This record gives sequence, C-alpha cells and structure tokens, in this order.
Amino acid sequence: MKRMEAITAVARVAGDSLLVCNLGFPSRELFSAMDRPENFYMMGSMGLCSSIGLGLALARPDRKIISLDGDGAVLMNLGTLTTIACTAPANYLLVILDNCSYCSTGCQPTATSLKADLAEIARGAGVQRVIRVSDYENLIDALGGSGVVVAQVEAGNAEVPVIALPPKDVISRFRSTVRLIPDRAGSPTQLKRS
Amino acid sequence: MKPSASLYSGLKHAGIDFVTSVPCVNLGPLMKLVSSDPCILHLPVTREEEGVGVCAGAWMGGKKPALMMQNSGLGNSINALASLDLLYGIPLLMVISHRGTFGEKISAQVPMGMLTEPLLSAMGIPFIKPRPEGAEGAVVDAWRAAEVKGTPVAVLLDLDFWRQE
Repeated sequence: MKRMEAITAVARVAGDSLLVCNLGFPSRELFSAMDRPENFYMMGSMGLCSSIGLGLALARPDRKIISLDGDGAVLMNLGTLTTIACTAPANYLLVILDNCSYCSTGCQPTATSLKADLAEIARGAGVQRVIRVSDYENLIDALGGSGVVVAQVEAGNAEVPVIALPPKDVISRFRSTVRLIPDRAGSPTQLKRS
Repeated sequence: MKPSASLYSGLKHAGIDFVTSVPCVNLGPLMKLVSSDPCILHLPVTREEEGVGVCAGAWMGGKKPALMMQNSGLGNSINALASLDLLYGIPLLMVISHRGTFGEKISAQVPMGMLTEPLLSAMGIPFIKPRPEGAEGAVVDAWRAAEVKGTPVAVLLDLDFWRQE
C-alpha cells in the first residue's frame, strides 16, 4: 500500500475524529486527499506528532484522536511511546506509517530498514495494544481502538502541492472544531464508516 | 510564603490546569504540590521537547498548559518552541529552574546557565525573573502575556530564588 492510499483511507472513515498529521509529504498528501477542519497539519517540530496527539487526547477525552506519524519521526522521539503507554488514553491511537525511510528529504533509509522494529519497541515501552497492518482493510479495522498501529507502506511520495493554508489558519480552524462537542452517539473509541 | 508555594499560588490564579515536567531538584516541592492537585493534570515526560509537543496538543484541546523544567531542557526544546509554538502562535508557560547562575557548584551547569537568557532573547520569547515575594504575580502575568501574544513565556528561577525554600 502506498502512504497516500493509507492516509486517504484513514481520512475517509475518520468521521469527526481529530487527525494530527506528521510534517512534510504526509501532511501534504492528507491536505490533497481530504482537507477538513479536523486535520492538524504539522509544518515543523519533527518528532512531535505523537506527543501533540497525546496532549490533545488527554485534554479532550470525549473526542477520538488519531496521530498519523512516520517511522523517522517516531525514531526521533521514542521516549514519548513510554508516556503514551503510561497514560494509555482510550481515545488515542498512534498510527505509524512505516516506509523505512525519510521520504520527505529524499528517501534516506531509517533504522527500520535494517534492524529496528517499531511494533516491538512500542510493546517494550508498555503499549498494550500494538497492531501491525500492511493493507487497508486491516488498517481500517484497527482504527477503532487505542494504542499503536504500525502500517507498512511503500517508500515514496505522491505528487501533491504544498499546503495552501498559513499555519495560523490551520490551527485556528482546528481549534474551533476541537471545541465542538461530538454529535455522534456512543463511545469516542468507535469510528463511523462512511 | 515559601518560593514553591508562591509559584503554586500563581499557577492556580492563572488557571493552569495541565502541566508537563522533567525533574529538577529545585522544582521538586512545586511538582509535589501540582501532583496532589486534583484540578491539574500533571504528566511527567521523558524530554522537554516532548513536553512542548504535549502542551501544544493540550492547548488545542482547551487546556492552559505549563512546562516545568531545568534550563538545560530549554536547549532540548529550541526547534519545538520555534517551529511549533512560535509558528502557530501557541501559548505556553515555562517555569524554569535556572541553574548555572551565581553560586552554582556544578561546572557543567554553567554553559547553559549563561546561554539561557540570550537564547530566549534571540527567539523573541519573553521572560521574567521574579523574587520569591513577587513569584505569584509573575506567574499570573507570564501566563496572561502568553495567552494574549500567543507565545511561550518563561519564568526564570535562579539559585538565589530558592534560598528560602
């Protein structure tokens, strides 16, 4: 599966879930695939997608939060996996799109192309629910719960433009939608298929 | 009022309800006060930069966040403060134990001790250096400035600040 296909699949079933997306091409791909106010596009601070999503999940336990992160960025901030494990918010899912490379900077290989295994690292950090997937059906099925999903995707970027929104517009419309009370019934850990 | 109690009172008056922290011996008593407060969610993090990210997410979720750390952690946080908080206009209260100042006994603390104010100035991050008797008001003012300007603001607490603890 290509990363943009995975990102598009997640965005289509996200409903009113809040998506926090890793910087560079992943955010550009999400913006092109399905721009929505519930998307927070990172434009800097590489490594902190997982941490931003955690803070949001702890602040808003009534909303489902999905972070769309990458292997290179998670390797830059491995400590936060231990913080996620210790807090274990039921409304928070970290999806690591693992293409074994830093594709926004020219596809240089990361440690997951050699020995490192992010699913095992997440388990070792104490995360109770860790799921590996390599196709959309399993990816979509895994989105309903919390914890960590490691999705194997192909290296490479889609041909997509840069995000045509200033950072302050991205955050102001995101914050406006975060303030809303979710209108769907049921547990915040459930996702609607659309 | 002891320095830690004065800082805590400032946090309460400012309405701070979400704290991430990396330990420092001087901040220990304040962290205890924060941890025992049921109205504040206190989350210890593994690295100060992680705390900047968690606090940014918490603010997006409607919280009033603070990061407590030693000034060594400022060095670990520079890119996050610039390309997350300053880029998007995210407020953050930073309560910083400023080591490496006059009276420091550990030489390794001195380089970051000397660089702390110049780094904050270079980044355009406002800071305030209260005495214990003014700490409560300084914390309130710092958070107000952070919210109004949409920026991190630092409260720097040097070695002398903690002598009455």
